[in-house]
Amino acid sequence: MLTLVVRRLGLLVVVLFGLSLLLFAWVRALPGDPARALLGEKATPAGIAEVTRRYGFDQPVWQQYLTYLGRLLHGDFGSSINTGEPVVRTFSERFPATIELAVAALVLAVVVGIPLGYLAARRRGGWLDNLVVGGSLLGVVVPVFFLAVILKYVLAIQLHWFPTSGRQNARIDATHVTNFYVLDGLLTREWDASWDALVHLVLPALALGSIPLAIIVRITRASVLDVLGDDHVRTAQAKGLPRSVISRRHVLRNALLPVSTTLGLQAGALLSGAVLTETVFSINGIGSYLFDAVTQLDYPVLQGFILFIAVVYALVNLVVDVSYGFIDPRVRVS
Amino acid sequence: MSAQSPTEHDTTHPSRRAFTLASVATAGLATLSACAKSERDEGGSSGGSSSSGRDTFVFGGSADPDSLDPVFASDGETFRITRQIFEGLVSTKPGTTELAPSLATKWTTSEDGLSYTFTLAEGVKFSNGKPFDAAAVVANFERWYNLRGIAQGEDLAYYYRSIFRGFKTNDDPALGTSLYAGSTANADGTVTVNLTSPFAGFLASLTLPAFAMQETGAVEAAGGNGLNGADPRQSEYATSGPIGTGPFVFAAWERGQQVTLKRNEDYWGEKAKVASAVVRVIGDGTARKQALQNGDIDGYDLVAPADVETLKSADFQIQNRPAFNILYLGMNQALAPLGDLKVRQAISHAIDKDAVIKNALPSGTKAATQFMPENVIGWNDKVTTYEYDVDKAKQLLAEAGQSNLTIPFNYPTGVSRPYMPNPETIYNAINQQLTAAGIKTTPVAEQWTPNYLGTVQGGTNHGLHLLGWTGDYNDPDNFIGVFFGAQTNEWGFNDPGLFEALAKARTVTSQDEQETTYQDINEQIMTLLPGIPIASPVPSLAFAAGVKGYTASPVQDEVWNTVTVADS
Repeated sequence: MLTLVVRRLGLLVVVLFGLSLLLFAWVRALPGDPARALLGEKATPAGIAEVTRRYGFDQPVWQQYLTYLGRLLHGDFGSSINTGEPVVRTFSERFPATIELAVAALVLAVVVGIPLGYLAARRRGGWLDNLVVGGSLLGVVVPVFFLAVILKYVLAIQLHWFPTSGRQNARIDATHVTNFYVLDGLLTREWDASWDALVHLVLPALALGSIPLAIIVRITRASVLDVLGDDHVRTAQAKGLPRSVISRRHVLRNALLPVSTTLGLQAGALLSGAVLTETVFSINGIGSYLFDAVTQLDYPVLQGFILFIAVVYALVNLVVDVSYGFIDPRVRVS
Repeated sequence: MSAQSPTEHDTTHPSRRAFTLASVATAGLATLSACAKSERDEGGSSGGSSSSGRDTFVFGGSADPDSLDPVFASDGETFRITRQIFEGLVSTKPGTTELAPSLATKWTTSEDGLSYTFTLAEGVKFSNGKPFDAAAVVANFERWYNLRGIAQGEDLAYYYRSIFRGFKTNDDPALGTSLYAGSTANADGTVTVNLTSPFAGFLASLTLPAFAMQETGAVEAAGGNGLNGADPRQSEYATSGPIGTGPFVFAAWERGQQVTLKRNEDYWGEKAKVASAVVRVIGDGTARKQALQNGDIDGYDLVAPADVETLKSADFQIQNRPAFNILYLGMNQALAPLGDLKVRQAISHAIDKDAVIKNALPSGTKAATQFMPENVIGWNDKVTTYEYDVDKAKQLLAEAGQSNLTIPFNYPTGVSRPYMPNPETIYNAINQQLTAAGIKTTPVAEQWTPNYLGTVQGGTNHGLHLLGWTGDYNDPDNFIGVFFGAQTNEWGFNDPGLFEALAKARTVTSQDEQETTYQDINEQIMTLLPGIPIASPVPSLAFAAGVKGYTASPVQDEVWNTVTVADS
């Protein structure tokens, strides 16, 4: 297990190095001049020249890359051209919002998806099964962005059940300790602030959770069907074990193995879905920030954020692989 | 191998449990939404930590401020906030561009236009308790003058560069001699500011939020000058410790979420009616509208023209800002045959400005006759105009030998500016008119960022193009001086006489003289016809029915101490 972790971390370093090179080339291949994007219609030639010089955009690209790499090795991810804010600080300020949203979406998907998938498999061919299979198909094909807009329009704008945007009501004077708003409210005992943050999370989490939900339902259903036909389940039934014990110990435990893998693979889809969800609901996470950075040609932000996301993605996958070993002893041996 | 079909009585129990799980989850959501609804109906929650709706004014901003130090900003969202915290020596009469006293109660100008003496308001204190006096004014002017390195950049000290044109030590070779010569705190409590050359727009430029008075001791203590190569916008001062004399004090900034301000209890003027003001960041215009409709915010700026009627009919208040901008159709004379005056005149006669306004601009917008709005000094009511006349346009084209004219027409996409709410619609309206006059165009549409401005201002490869400008303060140099003060890629002409006239006009000292000088220059420009001023679109703000006491200003000099919010 330890060698696996070490080997994977070594691989990660190599991958990140390659990625930094690719990213650097890619952002500079984007059309347009960042200095002009920054200064807008009130730019003067002198101002553009001065900003270009200050950020070193007038130097050869290879030289710019070496400078960038040198700083990266010192842990300096650069600063936003737009605001001068260090990328690392922005990331740490905004990442909690995205994590909060992604976790809420995943929790929703797991809490609703696993029981539904299990039930559908148990009642194979019944009305619930057909509904679940059809619904999950819909969940996979309907884009998150579209679903987000629809949810917002119906439940927030038309029915006023939920707020339309943001993470918390502006009129609530909340204290933020960790920037996880729901958690902050619990920590500071500002129950109403925590509750309000949770209410703000519902619609975005529903929209973002639609993808993992659909996938979890399908995989749970398929693997429960698979396991139900296994010899050991039949043996357990023959032994006269109560149904609940069989479900928990023999069916679900084995059936959840592929589900946990899927959860890990969903991290990437969640992050890309978060970009759109955050944009629709004006949530100050890394998704919406990345979106702004692209339109503003904020090179350091684009490079830094995407590198960060790659690290997070790789680590999540590593954690999944390790936890796989805990769930399934066979993996540990190999 | 198929699963053994379970017997009836076996299935009920566990599946019911699983079903219960699923239904609990669904019920939980339903409960959540029901609670959310009831909470919304009460208009906020009741708890020790939250204030009732009437004590807080929530405004929807379109972006985070760049920083909280206005001298390093040039964007409206930063100024929206700093105008509440800081005040300048000179301000504007609410809703107009006219000068009004602020921290300076009166001022005198020397004969030669080189020195200005300000009498200061008495008993004013900064929000940290330090007195505001003549020494504080001198300290502010000296602070700006002594900025170094990155702080001198156009992306930071934009307004200082454009007004004062140089620093004590210029780190950018393109900068020149500073307009600022020095300042003195006089024995009688007044303060005198000296200039190196006369500048007609000096007083008006002091209304800019960038030149608001700050507590320089606090700036220094919290690294606000960005020495040692640090970005001053990232200093503790500019992110969490701004100190001014305004009606609100800074409380908190949650990036990407909101900036919270609290009432300054020791304010020297009319104290704020609301205990706190919050600017919520909502990037998308439609999302701002929805947040207002849903009661999440009390008002927002730059309402899309298409939304004005919707909001009005739903009992929201719409306030029009007096227009202080100009939308124009530029013509690049470096591209043949636009260098021919007859062709430019023909294009002018081919355009029906009123139809463009009717089709593409907010109602209440006036057609423009020159490159500045009516409320700017030097606006000329007798300027040469080019009435809409298709036959005349065709005749002029024939005279110029250009009856089969085809020219590129550049316009931006993916942008909304106060002077240009929806460029595609404007382009369509103008293009139809040109076609009707027999002028063919090759449309060139580009994204505003990053390409459009590069093509139009940075390159020579463009023809007709849509662009405009929002003025910052009441000085004609801030409009036509910017457009035509020097040879540029955008216009592609070289007219030393005009450049000279504009350079000289900057140094005129009296407002009367300014008036006549710029009227002449406006006439000169409209005879030369480098482009066609189309209109000054009226930007709108929207508010909930319960908001009172907000006065929209052409130069966005909007201070919220008079605002009240009743439940609506």
